[in-house]
Amino acid sequence: MNIMVVGVGGQGTLLTSRIIGKTALNAGWDVKLSEVHGMAQRGGSVVTFVRYDKKVFEPVVEEGCVDVLISFERLEALRYAHFLKPDGVMIVNDTRIDPMTVVIGAKEYPEGIIERLQGEHKVYTIDGGAIAKELGNSKVLNSVVLGLAAKHIGFSEDEWLEVLKNTVPPKTIEINTKAFKAGYEK
Amino acid sequence: MEQKRIMLGNDAIARGAYEAGVKVSSAYPGTPSTEISEFLAKYDEVYTEWAPNEKVALEVAAGASIAGTRSMACMKHVGLNVASDPLYTLAYTGVNAGLVIVVADDPGIASSQNEQDTRMIARSAHLPVIEPSDSNEAKEFFKYAFEISEKYDTPVIFRTTTKLSHSQSVVTLGERVVPEDKVYERNVPKYVMMPASAIGRHKVVEARENLMAQEASDFPINKVEYLDKKVGFITSGVAYQYVKEAAPNASVLKLGIVNPLPKKLIEEFISSVDEVYIFEELEPVIEEQVRGWGYKVKGKDVFTKQGEYSANMLKRVLYGKDEMTFERNDAPARPPILCPGCPHRSVFSVLNKLKIHAAGDIGCYTLGAVAPLNVIDTTICMGSSISLLHGMEMAKGKEYIRNWVATIGDSTFLHTGINSLINMVYNKASGTVMILDNRTTGMTGHQEHAATGKTLKGEDTYAINLAELCRSVGVKRVIEVDAFDVKGLEEIIKESVMGDELTVIIAKAPCALLKGQKFPNKCVVNSEKCKKCGMCLKIGCPAITKASDGTVKIDETMCNGCGLCTNYCKFGAIEKVER
Repeated sequence: MNIMVVGVGGQGTLLTSRIIGKTALNAGWDVKLSEVHGMAQRGGSVVTFVRYDKKVFEPVVEEGCVDVLISFERLEALRYAHFLKPDGVMIVNDTRIDPMTVVIGAKEYPEGIIERLQGEHKVYTIDGGAIAKELGNSKVLNSVVLGLAAKHIGFSEDEWLEVLKNTVPPKTIEINTKAFKAGYEK
Repeated sequence: MEQKRIMLGNDAIARGAYEAGVKVSSAYPGTPSTEISEFLAKYDEVYTEWAPNEKVALEVAAGASIAGTRSMACMKHVGLNVASDPLYTLAYTGVNAGLVIVVADDPGIASSQNEQDTRMIARSAHLPVIEPSDSNEAKEFFKYAFEISEKYDTPVIFRTTTKLSHSQSVVTLGERVVPEDKVYERNVPKYVMMPASAIGRHKVVEARENLMAQEASDFPINKVEYLDKKVGFITSGVAYQYVKEAAPNASVLKLGIVNPLPKKLIEEFISSVDEVYIFEELEPVIEEQVRGWGYKVKGKDVFTKQGEYSANMLKRVLYGKDEMTFERNDAPARPPILCPGCPHRSVFSVLNKLKIHAAGDIGCYTLGAVAPLNVIDTTICMGSSISLLHGMEMAKGKEYIRNWVATIGDSTFLHTGINSLINMVYNKASGTVMILDNRTTGMTGHQEHAATGKTLKGEDTYAINLAELCRSVGVKRVIEVDAFDVKGLEEIIKESVMGDELTVIIAKAPCALLKGQKFPNKCVVNSEKCKKCGMCLKIGCPAITKASDGTVKIDETMCNGCGLCTNYCKFGAIEKVER
């Protein structure tokens, strides 16, 4: 299974991919994760990979080989769509964050991204930010999006929640669990 | 039961150090090597520290080795340049207890200023290089590196790359085994490198390298996998994983030691397969030596010297182009930017307004080079901003640098900037140096340094006062200012560049990402007052964007309330309100 998590630096792509990796490890798979640190994390386009199988070699997933692509932002979904397999699934957090190239007017933010992607791939969208805000903490949007993605990746809800509870800060276990379930049950 | 864990490559290296019985580690942060020291600091049994730079770190590790305990230093590839002075001569002295230098290369330049290959430096210094291909190997090979170091009486370079350091894979944990400390004995011909000793030691270096080249073929860290003998790959490090992915049936020689090369083993492999590819990222280090032995191999004639390799890239070479090419959607680029609430943005917004150029340095603030701030004109290496400004003044005179300053971070200033400032004082310079003091080593992920008052282990310590330090080396005009005091900054910078006295301006405000660093307010736009002039967009804050009606809006979750934007709205349309 090849999973790709993309987003804007600071959105929590790293934490999300670590939770996926641990869940797969607990289920007995060989797992590899590839992360991004350093300058690229500063508000830039961030990509992480999770792979699990009987034996995994390469820590990254190549173009055209992704089973599940999780994007925390629309434009990033568009940017990395070519990584998906023809029958791959895309989970998109339906939000817009303008890159600096758009803010300063050098480029335009493309319209109709979701519709375009839906024409080519199986796409599931969720407004993780709005759901998280309703739950009382806009920062748990990762868990909402992960919940939706979890259904398309596999493993049982309990297997996911066990890792989630051991990964997020203790004070936020309850709200993160709620957020995950909100995504999972969507 | 054996314990299995999924570990970052850097975490695994730290675990290897712990299990190998390392007692002392010194390092300067640098992507992708930083986390090794942070993970190692969690083991109470190991003394770990941040040094002001890599030269100091390597010398500390060498001292610990000579004193008789296993020791190590960690750095990124360009850090090895700073440490190369002790490095080349430590090759002569050798070690007492094992000494391993972790060097993290950055093929693909994820977070660096160049793409140099550490194996080239190791070859010229005549030092062995060991290279793992995943996290478990990182841990196991690291322990083996100490055995090699002690057996052959040499420092060992442990090479990792970004993909290895920053990917996670499964590791089987072992126990810590601490070898007995080596006895220290005074040995002038070995440890005092004056000419008479060094002439003798140079012979030792050559003999050692020849011996290792012979014996390396039997090192257990090399691995031969004979499968289909029509095609064979000689490779090392993470590149091995790409070979296994792209050509699972090919024969492979995976080298664990990449300098000196295990010649016998390589020759056996070449004679056992029909066609040989040498698959190594960056420079043709293995390839050129193998060609020099008279073998015909494929290498950089079909593979690039640039960037990271991948399985698809290998497939394209092996099986033809079209199959592995995927159509990308056209999407506006999203380069990294300064965070919302970053104090560097405030300083750069003022410099931009005053049309002042900056000789820049290494850190997050390098992002002051790009639109819309467009302030930084040069970035070369750690500490270079100050010396570059000095060189400009000496070349063209004071008038030429009236619209120039040097900008350097607090950690970078202590790394090597201070030397350049001493040079300015000594040689009667009159330029303006700005220390962007955000109380941390920001870009690498918030490491402590000599002016923060905390050690790597989190203990309290003396915090060097940067203003006093500058005064003590002879800078008479040192001005400290709040980095968000836009009006104050503007006046001080104007006065300084127009004056004729060497000035250090210390612009102080903590990094926006530091824990507990949050402003009490947030900023909101009163859209009735907004005149759509776009002035606030010129500071390049990612929280501020244009709405469809042309007015601006501020993203509530992104805004950290620094209020910088309120200084740039002439119409008072941006207001600070309580969170």
